[in-house]
Amino acid sequence: MNDVKHLVISKIKDGTVIDHITPGLAILVLKILGIKPKSSEAVSMAMNVESAKMGKKDIVKVEGKYIGDQELNKIALIAPEATINLIQNYEIIRKFNVKPPEVVENIIKCPNPNCISNSNEPIKSRFRIFLDESRVKAVCDYCGRKLINLEDYI
Amino acid sequence: MSRFRHLISIDDLTKDDILYLLKQAERFEDIAMGKRCKYLEGKILANLFFEPSTRTRMSFETAMKRLGGDVINMTAHEASSVAKGETLADTIRVVSNYADAIVLRHPLEGSARFASENSTVPIINAGDGAGQHPTQTLLDLYTIMKESTLEGCKIALMGDLKYSRTVHSLIKALTLFNTTIYLISPPMLKLPAEFLEGLNGRIEEVELEDVISEIDVLYVTRIQKERFPDEEEYKKVSGSYVINRNIISRAKESMIVMHPLPRINEIDVDVDSTEHAKYFKQAFYGVPIRMAILYELLKDGDGCE
Ligand SMILES: [Zn+2]
Repeated sequence: MNDVKHLVISKIKDGTVIDHITPGLAILVLKILGIKPKSSEAVSMAMNVESAKMGKKDIVKVEGKYIGDQELNKIALIAPEATINLIQNYEIIRKFNVKPPEVVENIIKCPNPNCISNSNEPIKSRFRIFLDESRVKAVCDYCGRKLINLEDYI
Repeated sequence: MSRFRHLISIDDLTKDDILYLLKQAERFEDIAMGKRCKYLEGKILANLFFEPSTRTRMSFETAMKRLGGDVINMTAHEASSVAKGETLADTIRVVSNYADAIVLRHPLEGSARFASENSTVPIINAGDGAGQHPTQTLLDLYTIMKESTLEGCKIALMGDLKYSRTVHSLIKALTLFNTTIYLISPPMLKLPAEFLEGLNGRIEEVELEDVISEIDVLYVTRIQKERFPDEEEYKKVSGSYVINRNIISRAKESMIVMHPLPRINEIDVDVDSTEHAKYFKQAFYGVPIRMAILYELLKDGDGCE
């Protein structure tokens, strides 16, 4: 991030930087973090910028807010390479790689129309997350449907 | 204490759990045949059937009554009018105040798991859409154990392997027992390839002629008309998946034929009188196995011994 060549969006003073997002998925990252239309966070975002490590990548910066690890780890569902930098007074105070949670609720929508999670019951979708050949996959805790390419169901 | 609180999916059971239930079922056989007992006296089982399955419902009712317990029923007809005005979650909350355990059959996959999250009493899944039907799987395993040998068994599964949830659950359970599984089906009703992902075991697609002389179990399932674009195609395909005396004559003397019933015409009636036919026995075995399950979920303290 300190490399000037790659600095396509300005540094933030305090807050959370999510780097090395799978290119093109920054908008889904915002969705996973619950940043929706009419949200009040100061967010800057870059998509498909050059990356030495990944060729191309997306970046999301959320100003003035430290997002919790649990929330951030959900990003691993679609961007397992993502790295998190927590910034205080322009300095990185903590850096870590996201790792997928074991279970996620209400993030993935089950594509099975006959799944109880798609009915009008008072129910949250629930998926168990697992790694298979280093890919992040999910299985519906209700109907057992297995999903790859999780970004298609978020 | 009970080994588990609900029975939702066969995948929730370990091999040890399964063997325990099969052994328990054996103990209950004489009671299933009429010897009186009071093991579950004073307990009430609620049958909640959101779609009709008379056979399964009656089998549970028989099992509960043979154990000295009582049964209350919500029929498919009643359930459909309840379903219009109330969520399943609410129905379960209400009925779990009436009964000590609930048997649920529901058209949506995952409904039994969801019901268990809203119930204060044990839920037994009696079929959730194309999902799970664990008591069927257990009674199939029990039949194989009683009438053949479960460990290391060579079994051929024949018919609709694509849509049959009976077959899907049975395959998963069989792989725990070091079995060899042969798959026999019309091309359009083949077992979906992704189903075999993560299953380790000897599983192979074959023709019946190639394996009939070496198998221990021939498990036949219905080929349903609805799966075919037209009547002609259905007749052609289903006609070539019929078991008769002629085919059976090439089998080992000890080979058993199973079928979850009801059959349409997959097994010729002339097979019924042979020593191979075990499908009616299989239907009976549903009672002791369901007794074992009910007893495990409903017993007080350490049980009857
Ligand atoms: Zn589902």
